[in-house]
Parts: sequence; structure tokens; C-alpha cells
Amino acid sequence: MDREMTNMRWTRKDLLGLRELSAEEINFILETADAFKEVGTREIKKVPALRGKTLVNFFVEPSTRTRTSFELAALRLSADVINISATASSLTKGETLKDTAKNLEALHADILVLRHSSAGAPQFLASRLKSSVINAGDGAHEHPTQALLDLYTIREKRGKIAGLHVVIVGDILFSRVARSNIFGLTKLGARVTLVGPSTLVPREFEKLGVTVSHKIDDVLPDADVVNLLRIQHERQRKEYFPGIDEYIRLFGLTKERAKFLKPDCLIMHPGPINRGVEIDSEIADGAQSVILDQVTNGLAVRMAVLYLCGGIATT
Amino acid sequence: MKHTKQTPPAAAVPIMDAEAIRRALRRIAHEIVERNPDLKSVALAGVQSRGVEITRRIAEFIREIGTIDIDMGVIDVAMYRDDVGKRTELPVVRASKLPMPLDGRTLIIVDDVLFTGRTVRAAMDAISSFGRPARIQLAALIDRGHRELPIRADYVGKNLPTAPNEKIRVCLEQTDGEPDAVWIEK
Repeated sequence: MDREMTNMRWTRKDLLGLRELSAEEINFILETADAFKEVGTREIKKVPALRGKTLVNFFVEPSTRTRTSFELAALRLSADVINISATASSLTKGETLKDTAKNLEALHADILVLRHSSAGAPQFLASRLKSSVINAGDGAHEHPTQALLDLYTIREKRGKIAGLHVVIVGDILFSRVARSNIFGLTKLGARVTLVGPSTLVPREFEKLGVTVSHKIDDVLPDADVVNLLRIQHERQRKEYFPGIDEYIRLFGLTKERAKFLKPDCLIMHPGPINRGVEIDSEIADGAQSVILDQVTNGLAVRMAVLYLCGGIATT
Repeated sequence: MKHTKQTPPAAAVPIMDAEAIRRALRRIAHEIVERNPDLKSVALAGVQSRGVEITRRIAEFIREIGTIDIDMGVIDVAMYRDDVGKRTELPVVRASKLPMPLDGRTLIIVDDVLFTGRTVRAAMDAISSFGRPARIQLAALIDRGHRELPIRADYVGKNLPTAPNEKIRVCLEQTDGEPDAVWIEK
């Protein structure tokens, strides 16, 4: 298998989602990330792989951790980075997304990292621009690098992904993290169970090859990984959401519930965590939590994605 | 995603067989021992992927000759190449591993074929982010000429004059799954 991997070649300029990637392409990114993780352990944490390339972090929706992770990844690859946020951009002056992007291309931006509230925005630009386009989250559609870092962390801690039972808890309906994770995990052979209120985890999802449950206590004892999605207070729609106290009672990973987990079950969270809501503070800081490993691995995964998509000839 | 398969060449001329490769690497090991009286200060760094296997074999010969376990590392030069954005497909990158202290030592870069010298340039660049060896030397199983940079090898298994459009095919059992051999393809 090792030998076969070596013979593969990466040919994509864009990373738009995990739905369109094959299992071997996903594994290829994870293997490339291994090499870039090593760079982070060196005394000199910088390589010249993307020297002379310009990366634009174009975040039309607010984000700090994803943006800084991409920025640091790009800097470690020796690319030049500029950050544009929604409020600072001409979008507020009525310029269309396409015109803004065309302007960025006129500045010879080689890589565009896009966070946008509309699903499909990265796809729209990727088909119109010569630059590489990396999806850093589009609406409730996909957040591929988050799922890749989740996959990387599971593979690193458990040595494999195939055959593991991964439980994703929370607002699945509006979560791009969940969607990308579902595509990635099922392609790599994991068994996925989605848990949450029936309004946020409709049976509809079973069409994607996963199991839906509305009772967290039924699934926790059998989980190899529990991935807790953030409850997004700021955009949670009242008609879908039961209210914080009820959510904690029904779906929060409390100290009491954590006792039913297998001892080697990993606890993950894409952050930022709401302590005492999705997860009790002690559990978030406990031995089974790999939340900070996810952050470290996110850097390696994003370096790999930028190197692969940004390092390819785009003529 | 493309797959490139290592197919047996149609118009290939055999240059070295397993025994010739064995003798060439054994001679390189002898030369390394002769030229470095303080063998403890020497470390080998194999370039992915065949350079790593060649490094392992040279280290084994050095163990027989000099009765010393020489330090070994691995370099993948992909992150240091000078043709970023010029290739339409990218091979997988492996981690570089130089776990031994480098400062003040003699580090020998080991590769299968020395051609333009660009890989060696990239390897030296990689080494400098791990430490500052007292000197860097170069060992290659084959030197086929056509350098594009001012680089030469200190230890050569076989000098092989070639035309620029010819290909050198190196097979090592451990990396290629086929018996040891070197071929030249017209």
C-alpha cells in the first residue's frame, strides 16, 4: 500500500469539498500533512515551498482561528499573505464577489482562501479564476480543511480510520463541519452516527450512509470518537433549537455521561468550545480530549493543502 | 489523480546488476571510512526514496568495515525544489528526519543518480534548517553528468556518460519490488 501511495500524483488546483475527493486523494493529503507536521518540530519552522507565491485570505464571514491557521500555514511555506475581511472589503460598497475576486487576481494572487456565508461561493470562483481556490467554509455546505484535520487527528491517535465508530453530536443540519466530516469519514470506511435534536438531525441524513439517533446515551458506550459541534448561539434559529439548558440535559457531554465512554474513545471539538454547554470543562481538559491536537494538526493539514493546490502549475 | 507505473523499459540496456551495485556501494563505504578518520563525526542523509535504501546499505558496509553504527537520516527535498508552480502533478512528500545533532559534523548526502544537481542543491537547503554541519559531502550510486549547478560528488559508484534525453532506471528490491539493477533507456 505504501508503494502504491508513492506512485500517486496530485493534480487539483482547488480544494472545494470532500464530497468530490476520492478516498485515495484524502489519504494523499493526510500523508502529505505528515511531512509538514515534521516541519513544525524543527528549530527553523519554515520551508521555501511557496516562496514568491501570494495568498489572499478572503474572509467574508468572521473567523479568527481558521484564518490565523491558514495564515501561519502560508507563512511557514514562505508565501506572502494578505488578509481581507468582509467589513474592510469593497463588498460592503456593493462590489460583487466576482469583481472583488477578479481584482485580487489582477494583483497576481496565486491562492485564494475563501470563507463565505453562501454555499457554492468557492466553486463559483474556482471555475472563473486561474488562482487556486481553497474553501475555508461556505455556508452550511462544506469546511474541508476542518474535516481533514479531524481525520488526521483520528488517524494519528488511533492508527486507522476504517472500522471506527465516529459519533458527531450537535447541530448537524446547519453544520458544514459535519457535512465534510460525513463525506470524509464514510469514504475512509468509518461508521458514522449523528446525534442531536430531531429538528437539527433529520432522518434525511441517512441517505448519506450514516445512522441518525436522537438519544446520546444509546450511542456513547459504542463510540470510538465523539466529535462535539459547537452550538452557534449567534446564528441559532429559535424554532430549531430546544434552548441551552435542555440541550445540555439531552446532548451535553457532561462528567456523568463521559463515564460511559470507552477508555480509549477520543473527544474532539472544532472549537471554540462553549465550556459547560457542549462539553463540561473537566472533560474538555481531560485525558481523552484531543482538542488542542486538532489545532496543531490543522496547521499541518493546511500546509499540505496549500502546498498541493498552490504548488501545482495552473496554466 | 494520476498513477504512474514503473513498467519495464522496451529499449533498455542493462548497466549494473545486483552484484555490481553491491560492489559499488561497498567501495563507497570503504572510501568513506578511509577519508574520515573520525568516523563518529560522520552521518549519512539519504534522499527519498532510493537514497534512503542506499544509505541503509552503505551504513551496513561501514558497520562491517569500521565496526561502528553510523548515524542515519532521511531528506525529502520536495519542499525545497526550485520548480514550484511549474509541474502539473505533484508526488507525495515524506517527512525529513535528521534526528542526530548536525553541528560540527560531516554529513554525507546519499542519492541514487546524480544528474542536474538540483536535488542536491535542495537537499543542502533542507539540511540548513536542521543545523550547521562542519562539512557536507555527496555520494551517488550513478553520476550521469549534465550538471546545471556547480556541484560534484565526493563518492561515486559508477560514472556513466549519457545523452541528456536518455533515462537512467534504478531498481532496488526494497523500494521497487524488483531485483537490484540499473538500466539505461534510449
